[in-house]
Amino acid sequence: MSTISSTTAAATATATEIHTLSGSQAVLEAFLAEGVDTIFGYPGGAIMPIYDALYDYNDRLNHILVRHEQGGIHAAQGYARTSGKTGVVFATSGPGATNLVTGLADAMIDSTPLVCITGQVFAHLLGTDAFQETDVINITTPITKWNYQITDANEIPAVLAKAFYIAGSGRPGPVLIDIAKSAQLQKIEYKGYQKCDNIRSYRPKPVIRKEFIAEAAALINQAKKPFVIFGQGVILGRAEAEFKAFIEKGGLPAAWTIMGLSALPSDHYLNVGMLGMHGNYGPNVLTNECDVLIAIGMRFDDRVTGRLDKYAKQAKVIHLDIDPAEIDKNVQTTIPVWGDCKDSLPLLTALIEKKEHKEWLQKFRQFEQDEIDQCVYNELNPTCEEMTMGEVIKTLNELTGNDAIIVTDVGQHQMVACRYARFKQSKSNITSGGLGTMGFGLPAAIGAKFGAPERTVVTIIGDGGFQMTLQELGTIMQSKVNVKILILNNQFLGMVRQWQELFHDHRYSFVNIESPDFVQVAKGYGIAGRSIKQRTDLQTALKEMIDHDGAYLLEVFVGKENNVFPMVPQGCSVAEIRLK
Amino acid sequence: MKQEFTITIYTENQIGLLNRIAIMFSRRKINIESLNTSPSEVEGIHRFTIVINEDEDAVRKIVKQIEKQVGVIKAYFNKPDEIVWQELALYKVATDVIAEKVVVERLLRQYGARAVVIRKDYTVFEATGQREETDRLIEVLGEYGLIEFVRSARVAIIKNSKGFHEKLKEFESLQPGEYTVDSI
Repeated sequence: MSTISSTTAAATATATEIHTLSGSQAVLEAFLAEGVDTIFGYPGGAIMPIYDALYDYNDRLNHILVRHEQGGIHAAQGYARTSGKTGVVFATSGPGATNLVTGLADAMIDSTPLVCITGQVFAHLLGTDAFQETDVINITTPITKWNYQITDANEIPAVLAKAFYIAGSGRPGPVLIDIAKSAQLQKIEYKGYQKCDNIRSYRPKPVIRKEFIAEAAALINQAKKPFVIFGQGVILGRAEAEFKAFIEKGGLPAAWTIMGLSALPSDHYLNVGMLGMHGNYGPNVLTNECDVLIAIGMRFDDRVTGRLDKYAKQAKVIHLDIDPAEIDKNVQTTIPVWGDCKDSLPLLTALIEKKEHKEWLQKFRQFEQDEIDQCVYNELNPTCEEMTMGEVIKTLNELTGNDAIIVTDVGQHQMVACRYARFKQSKSNITSGGLGTMGFGLPAAIGAKFGAPERTVVTIIGDGGFQMTLQELGTIMQSKVNVKILILNNQFLGMVRQWQELFHDHRYSFVNIESPDFVQVAKGYGIAGRSIKQRTDLQTALKEMIDHDGAYLLEVFVGKENNVFPMVPQGCSVAEIRLK
Repeated sequence: MKQEFTITIYTENQIGLLNRIAIMFSRRKINIESLNTSPSEVEGIHRFTIVINEDEDAVRKIVKQIEKQVGVIKAYFNKPDEIVWQELALYKVATDVIAEKVVVERLLRQYGARAVVIRKDYTVFEATGQREETDRLIEVLGEYGLIEFVRSARVAIIKNSKGFHEKLKEFESLQPGEYTVDSI
């Protein structure tokens, strides 16, 4: 029999004991050796040999059959973000592979570690316009950290080892491996699997230069108004504790990008809120007042900085990042600190003086009070008849004890969720930050639940975004995924409508989207649900959703033309943030 | 201010790397004036020489992005005075014209051109030099019926480079995956 007991193949294969495996089996052996437990995928012609091999690995590899490859890759992203592991995706050639494109671009810009395996036509058919042949390598080159096509199965163990190493190390990102069907079928002499920890032409670990650490510490020690802004680098570097120790010793007010959200508990005394276009008042205004700006694991996205030539011009900038290409990319750095912040932060903490900066921190709190008075209070405690997104999130916080994983889609509800959701632990806010992918929420929530099965996962989605990937309700049904779907329905493509109202003279061009009866749709998939319009139902409906044993869809109708404020209008300085 | 930069990239010799590097430029709408790939002084390591016109800040950023790509070992950028560079040009002219006109022969000698192929009907000359030199010969030969012309991409040597062997040794002395970032 040609198929050996694959459980033992990796474990027992040595130089003296060589097994014959198919390329497909070698792929799955690589997964086992890398500690993969969950695969999100969709079969098809060119990946059939791998699926055939998977039949025998079903007890060790949990394959989740999605409804669309985009759903598969977003699920893998959600999985990666809550578990801290590399997400794994299977898709077939041609349309299967092209359906991954949005997810790859999303994972690339948000630094999410993924290994995507696509099937490809037989090697001898490459370039012949064969059925379901697409040049997936060239399509995905700009949106992958690395990609590679395998036509000889002997390459599979080493290439997959490289793939997992590249995806997960340094600044993480998506890797795509395209495997010709002929290579999946090819028998190889399997010599075992060796993890990769070194590639000559890939240097993910910049050496930390002590002289810059010393200079940075000196700047921080002299600073009267130091301000920390942090991003996902703190989470990806698993440096939450090191980060907390750093800001606590220095008495440094810290604000987050939406990708950095949940790295620092919401109620931490130094957490001064959210940066950027819909961020908090204080952090935006005081960016242009601080004397030393300490950026940690963030990349100065234009949604964070607003107008660059008016951004923190008065400040000396210290930038900690693992990706040297991020230093000086958008904001000129005074002191660059290359390296993994898990390592660089403790070095910095050791050299900074213990301080409190009470007055400076107080300034943030004053701005916070202004923001509460002029904008937040009404959002969270509205007196109008219609419900606000903010009050829904506030009630959700109360019912989940600030301890749910919140997965958002993209748009107004995303900004409101990021602004008002409260978090106790890291890796709890999953959102499409850089790419702004509508349709991300529902599939990402599925993956998020597999990545953190013991936690409550609530996905907050708008009526527009939900309709982009609602086919994944089928995945939730079939795989019995216990996710809570909270649709905030304002019967508009709300963020675009807001911009049309504010900047396009109320010309509502194609934003009045109609929706089906979402509860009925969910019911069709055997998912319980409810729709509410009255504030009096909010508490009980949310509680019912959370307490329900299994997936649940709750649709909450909210004010049709509510806007998200504060707002830094595009092209304006962060100091020009508007409260209304 | 836009000016000419020559970018030198040391890479693995891998399929797809040319595309990965080329799209770094096209994504930013930067035209590649000249692109050459060749072996380098180190066996198994490839060398790209790319010429673009851009401002220095943009070049510095793109070089960092290129260096980040898996498969790229190191990238440098230089202004014209920091490199020694050459291009090779081929010129095809009718042999009877050459044979008849003594002046052509003198011209060719003046420009350092040499005959690569001489056939009854045509002769192919080769000249190596900088852009102005090979350009001038086009003009001159144009008067005598230049049939075909082609010029190679630029190849360039960095004046103050100690060669890539040293850089590789430096890499090998570090821990796996480690890298000392140059302050550029």
